Amino acid sequence: MKLDRDQVLHIAELAKLGLSAEEADRFTVQLSAILEYFELLDQLDTGAIPPTAMAIDQHNVLRKDSAGASLPVETVLQAPRTIGQFIAVKAVLD
Amino acid sequence: MPYEAVIGMEVHAQLITESKMFCHCSSAYASAPPNSHTCPVCLGMPGMLPLANRRAVEATVMMGLALHCAIPLFSKFDRKNYMYPDLPKGYQISQYDMPFARNGSITVPLEQGIKTIRIRRVHLEEDTAKLTHQGGYTLIDFNRSGVPLIEIVTESDIRTAEEAWRYLVALRSILRYLGIGSGNMEEGAMRCEVNISLRPVGREELGTKVEVKNMNSFRAVRQAIAYEIERQTRLLEQGERVEQVTMGWDEANHRTVFQRSKEGAEDYRYFPEPDLPPIIWTEADIDAIRARLPELPDAKLKRLIEQYALKADDAYLLADERATADYFEVAAQACAGVVEAQTVANWLLSELLRLMRESGQELSANPVTAGCLAELLKIVSRGEINATVAKEVLAEMVSSGKSAPEIIQTRGLKQISDADQLRQMVEQVIAANGQAAQQYRDGKDQALRFLIGQVMRQTRGQANVSIVESLLRELLAR
Ligand SMILES: [Zn+2]
Repeated sequence: MKLDRDQVLHIAELAKLGLSAEEADRFTVQLSAILEYFELLDQLDTGAIPPTAMAIDQHNVLRKDSAGASLPVETVLQAPRTIGQFIAVKAVLD
Repeated sequence: MPYEAVIGMEVHAQLITESKMFCHCSSAYASAPPNSHTCPVCLGMPGMLPLANRRAVEATVMMGLALHCAIPLFSKFDRKNYMYPDLPKGYQISQYDMPFARNGSITVPLEQGIKTIRIRRVHLEEDTAKLTHQGGYTLIDFNRSGVPLIEIVTESDIRTAEEAWRYLVALRSILRYLGIGSGNMEEGAMRCEVNISLRPVGREELGTKVEVKNMNSFRAVRQAIAYEIERQTRLLEQGERVEQVTMGWDEANHRTVFQRSKEGAEDYRYFPEPDLPPIIWTEADIDAIRARLPELPDAKLKRLIEQYALKADDAYLLADERATADYFEVAAQACAGVVEAQTVANWLLSELLRLMRESGQELSANPVTAGCLAELLKIVSRGEINATVAKEVLAEMVSSGKSAPEIIQTRGLKQISDADQLRQMVEQVIAANGQAAQQYRDGKDQALRFLIGQVMRQTRGQANVSIVESLLRELLAR
């Protein structure tokens, strides 16, 4: 399956990446190659293997509900921009 | 052309836990200074591993069971990817295709009878950070980031604003019965999104769905839905199209306002969360969780009606809060054989709960225990004081913490049942109110009410009403 340039730009938009025209062209080729490799894997007959969500054989890894220490606020506030005890970013509108 | 609304709801409810969903930070986010309950996990630092909170997982299953859902033996967490400053990892850990509970139902009482609303699913996820906007900046408090949150999704079975409101009330009631959530919308512990479409009555296919958000109270949900149904009806009647958009409720102006277009719908790229192993239950695990469920509101409602012969409306009010229902049952049992359960319910619902609201007290923490109320009602039933005086006594019991007998004793409130003493007063009242007396003789029964009122006034409410009434009838018949 070949990705087209618009799909690559859409993915870049979702990942909040700005691509130059040259990069968009280059990634279109590279990402298509990756997808083609998955198509190769897809040819394997996996009908007899149950689907899995996890590569390691573990389940029900749960912890007791108890609160412990958090980070010191000074550590958290090493963010690039803070206002008061808040971390601040350029305004988002929604 | 008459239209009908087709409504589905997504409710998010915070779970009451000590710690967050995937880390040990305290989940008491509201009272803490900003960013004081955070760690590398809930700040989304690279390489950190989440570890799921057992209590939150079990609470989700409890909620599923309380909503009569099927609990799949296999479920897992997924990543829901989107970029927003409230989400430090760039994804939210949620559940996509294998939630903890699915295919349930809930019943809500309506005037025309009980309605069943189907529940599509209940899943568990993590709450996001809290954002506030100030000037050109968005301020982030990560204390809420990672607090356990359940999402409950209905099928589109809701038809009116009233039904939606009843549904939320019923849901809140269950959360509180289970002790897993407060359901407090004003505090943001419960939030809801509503999707509404209209179609001509009798038609099967659905109209264009509009999503409504930003409602911060039960009342707002009701108003927003009513407004949105009206807005869409108007559009359709004018031959216009309903656009597929997200609207926000504007509390100040009581209307829904356009927020954004749904074009280019969300692309969340869900995939299984590789850092969290799946949850696999045995039937025995689920039975053990089921065994922890208390009697739930619908079962309690049914039992209150059957066991105590209560009016359905009153039983519904009592069953809404577990503490209220418990209080009622203790009082009713203490009164058994002396005072009817319905009378106990009336006093609790119309008098005591009103006093609680006025004084800002919780029923369970107020000095008037169920036993104290029962004692008062038994005194009334023996005719020692009448209902009007009893209301005053109850108010004083709430404010002073004293018992009913003590208040009646010190204030000399015992009912006057002495016929000779009352006869004198009744004669005086008839003499002083000749006009009313004549009206009664002329066949106006209301005049009798007036005269009774006059006697009651003279005795500061202490006269035995039925004796006063028969004395009046006797003396006026002469
Ligand atoms: Zn944390």
